Amino acid sequence: MVRLADLSETERKGMLGRIKELSGFNGAGAWITPPRLSDCRVAIVTTAGIHRHGDVPFTEGPAQADYRVIPGNTPAADITMSHNSINYDRTGFQQDINVVFPIDRLRELAAEKVIGGVADYHYSFMGALPAKALEPRGRALAGLLKKDKVDAVILTPV
Amino acid sequence: MSALGHYLEEEGIATVAISLVREHTEAMKPPRALWVPFVLGRPFGIPNDAQFQRRVLLAALRLLEKPSGPVLEDFTEEAPAPTGDDAEAFVCPVSFAPTVAEGNVAAKFQREIAELSTWHELTMNRRGRTTATLSGLSIAEAAKFVSELSENDAIASYRKDLDILPAVRLVCHDIRAYYLESVAAQPGAKAAAEAEEWFWTKTAAGKTMFRLRQTCNASKNEALQRFGLRAVPTRFTPA
Repeated sequence: MVRLADLSETERKGMLGRIKELSGFNGAGAWITPPRLSDCRVAIVTTAGIHRHGDVPFTEGPAQADYRVIPGNTPAADITMSHNSINYDRTGFQQDINVVFPIDRLRELAAEKVIGGVADYHYSFMGALPAKALEPRGRALAGLLKKDKVDAVILTPV
Repeated sequence: MSALGHYLEEEGIATVAISLVREHTEAMKPPRALWVPFVLGRPFGIPNDAQFQRRVLLAALRLLEKPSGPVLEDFTEEAPAPTGDDAEAFVCPVSFAPTVAEGNVAAKFQREIAELSTWHELTMNRRGRTTATLSGLSIAEAAKFVSELSENDAIASYRKDLDILPAVRLVCHDIRAYYLESVAAQPGAKAAAEAEEWFWTKTAAGKTMFRLRQTCNASKNEALQRFGLRAVPTRFTPA
């Protein structure tokens, strides 16, 4: 278990220092009421910097702030990670993508009709960027999610 | 993560976020978020525990049923402690033979890679995958490039279509992934942290990364300077 108090002083300072960058969101934003959960078609949008082998990695340039598409039927063996930060555990993801990208758990919930369904496409950004950098492509993503008839998104960090 | 919640919600899609750093989520006030008490890198707790991951996911999805927000709730169940083999202290499965001259870090680096290769293959066969393939180089080639760059910041990228900064990021990613995959017999979080410490402080690979950081920090090449800032995890570098 890790809370800020458990991190090294350098890591803690780095984390707290980022709070300044996060201003401008006052909690009075939009609120969408989705259908009931058993009718919700759900997509995963992650900032874990994962993508399919062969996709452009999240290393440098404008492609850092763009998303990568992960079709829902992508085998785990075809998914890798090129997130720029080296300050977090990657061994969990190396063992089981669901610890970051819970696609199998989502499918199970859909099979049990706990949720209405799973999107055909999921999306990945790389989170080690200023929050505002993700805005253009983040907003553009909404149109694709609607075409996929997505009602709700589970947002997962790393 | 929380910013995407605002953007998507403003565009008409309901969202719920997993939060790993509560302070950040409190500052950004996304519509719905579930804070989880897990290590960075593991938002659903632990690998290969479907029931635990399911409880986290369901707790998050249930927030979609809240009538108004912003909502920030806590998931209070800790990730289970490692059991059985996972609970054992980390032991590196190889004992690197001192067959190369002391001080020849590049040669030791290559030797380590060779000695880990059987273990890496075993892990890859068991998992059916590896994440050490971003650069397109073999790990031995990746190590050669990093060793050379750590001594000479003027060498060119190994690929014409890749500038030096992404090139060095990709090889360093591959090398670290190769080592951690090689020594991982499904470690729990504690063993994983110990494996990281082993990589950065006990191996020729780690030593080369520290040397690379030093070279990049002293370089006049701005791209390499930027890499130097993130070459080594902050917990292994002075405050």
